[in-house]
Amino acid sequence: MSTPKTLFDKVWDAHVVRHVDDGPDVFFIDRHFIHEVTSPVAFLGLESRHVPVMFSQRTFATADHNTPTLNQHLPVADPLSANQLAALERNATKYGISHWGLGHIKNGIVHVVGPENGITLPGMTIVCGDSHTSTHGAFGAIAFGIGTSEVEMVLATQCIMQPKPKKMRITVNGTLGKGVLPKDAILYIISQISASGATGYFVEYAGDVFENMSMEGRMTVCNMSIEMGARGGIIAPDATTLNYLKGRELAPQGEQWDKLVPYWQTLKTDEGATFDVDLTFDAAAIEPQITYGTNPGLGTGVTRQIPVAETVKDGAASYKKSLQYMGFSENESMLGKPVDFVFLGSCTNGRIEDFRAFASIVKGRQKADNVTAWLVPGSHIVESQIKEEGILDILTTAGFELRQPGCSACLAMNEDKIPAGKYAVSTSNRNFEGRQGPGARTLLASPLVAAAAAVTGVVTDPRQFI
Amino acid sequence: MAYDKFTILRSTAVPMPIENVDTDQIIPARFLKATERKGFGDNLFRDWRYNNDDTPKQDFVLNNPTYSGEGSPRKILVGGKNFGSGSSREHAAWAIYDYGFRCVVSSFFADIFRNNSLNIGILPVQVSPEFLEKIFAAIDADPNTELEINLPTQTITLLVTGESESFNINGYKKHNLINGYDDIDYLLSMKGEIETFAETRPF
Repeated sequence: MSTPKTLFDKVWDAHVVRHVDDGPDVFFIDRHFIHEVTSPVAFLGLESRHVPVMFSQRTFATADHNTPTLNQHLPVADPLSANQLAALERNATKYGISHWGLGHIKNGIVHVVGPENGITLPGMTIVCGDSHTSTHGAFGAIAFGIGTSEVEMVLATQCIMQPKPKKMRITVNGTLGKGVLPKDAILYIISQISASGATGYFVEYAGDVFENMSMEGRMTVCNMSIEMGARGGIIAPDATTLNYLKGRELAPQGEQWDKLVPYWQTLKTDEGATFDVDLTFDAAAIEPQITYGTNPGLGTGVTRQIPVAETVKDGAASYKKSLQYMGFSENESMLGKPVDFVFLGSCTNGRIEDFRAFASIVKGRQKADNVTAWLVPGSHIVESQIKEEGILDILTTAGFELRQPGCSACLAMNEDKIPAGKYAVSTSNRNFEGRQGPGARTLLASPLVAAAAAVTGVVTDPRQFI
Repeated sequence: MAYDKFTILRSTAVPMPIENVDTDQIIPARFLKATERKGFGDNLFRDWRYNNDDTPKQDFVLNNPTYSGEGSPRKILVGGKNFGSGSSREHAAWAIYDYGFRCVVSSFFADIFRNNSLNIGILPVQVSPEFLEKIFAAIDADPNTELEINLPTQTITLLVTGESESFNINGYKKHNLINGYDDIDYLLSMKGEIETFAETRPF
């Protein structure tokens, strides 16, 4: 019998074109997503080398980071953004790459549109010049973010030079409690192991909680793997995965699909396979979470107090700098903190389930007067679902407006910037200083916590509304 | 693109003893709108370096004449634990390079930042937390203290005391840095092998 392998080993080893002695593997990439921000310089590099794109049909382009979320039918006002969007379209056309630009029916955030159109499949390797490429690991793919030099590398050769990361397994057994979402599970894990706790590792998520989780939830979890330093996260494909993908437009169909299913069923960690690190958590310990600091590891249960410096893994000086930026103090309670903005969206929580969760709380209530809420679907397809399912009516009745798809206030490259000093409860992935606009203060949370804040105007435990 | 060769670097350093310096701080997202790789150094650490009215913040290290004085270009940036976390934007490495740094020293680097740095010719040198403290203490005692980074022997030395520590780098990347080669040259040389491999993929 052969040596037991982990899921990660199986997918990795199947993509090594050549192993370089005392060096990285030459690693083959099945799918490459590109967007307007990290690709233009890569295309310039191709031109200066006079090399073509090796496999243009393996690359997909979408516009998302810079796009406005209002009046998308009008020309993009910011000339620099417009320039990047035009460069993407020009490069895609020149090299024969599928391009879902602004206004295209399939346009949306790269990590939302890949899975919902069936481009992302189990057993694939997927890269993109964006760290949240880890999202696609939810399908049993090895997916991770790369830099622009590597974008150029993949365009030119469909490979990157990559050392194999170490392996970590994170098991969460039990059942998530009432009002506790996948976002809370991953924020909890990051708070337990810190923002650098998985650096150098690729994480496999295992246990009841992930087995029973929807694909949307698994994507949220894998999306945030990078926030604890991991290159990516991966979850074994199962019936939930295949049910999600079957029939999606660009997924294999008919006989081709049937041929792949037996292969996909082999994609799981063998009995006896080992990990460099094996961690286990109990689902019962996880409450709705909220962050209070300036990295995603600085979070806690929404009903708890901000910890004292001695009990966190970050150094005391860095921790105090973080609290100072946020305008918070040790030992303060998070409940009741005033909220100015609420952002529902991003590649972490801009999917239909997130809007369903948000609507479940705001239904029959009204938006708090002191809150500005930006509700931004991850794609046009999500936007259509919101309308078809009657969620838009619920939101509108409660005093909210729906914007158009894009990355929006997650990284504030477009007009959607949180003003300096203001507090935002955000379903996105990063609470770094200035991430949502210079001086903005971000509290990361689930769509339920965001909804509770949106109707009360303060940090609130959503369980009281359920 | 091919980049400068890196062998032995001897320089004074800029100390930044802050943990979890993420790439949003190194180069905020609003400066990622260029379609060419130039001019990023001016916005390196933009929001830590400048006030809203674009006047320099006096208490930030890059605005301190001790560390940014004319005639003493400092080629080494010494950062705290978990340097370069967050976004995959290579613009962060470009900004550091464009400002004039050729080496970043820390006790811990985020993976993508480490890769991005190596891919554009910046050497990330990971030292022990103890050695990092010694470096910060030495610069504190004498801002003009010099460090020597020797890539061929994989050692970093505090010249004032002669204290030294070895660092890891994989052999392939070391060879590339010393010779100024890049990965794409290597991969293009095996085009046929890659095309044959691609035919075996089921999707």
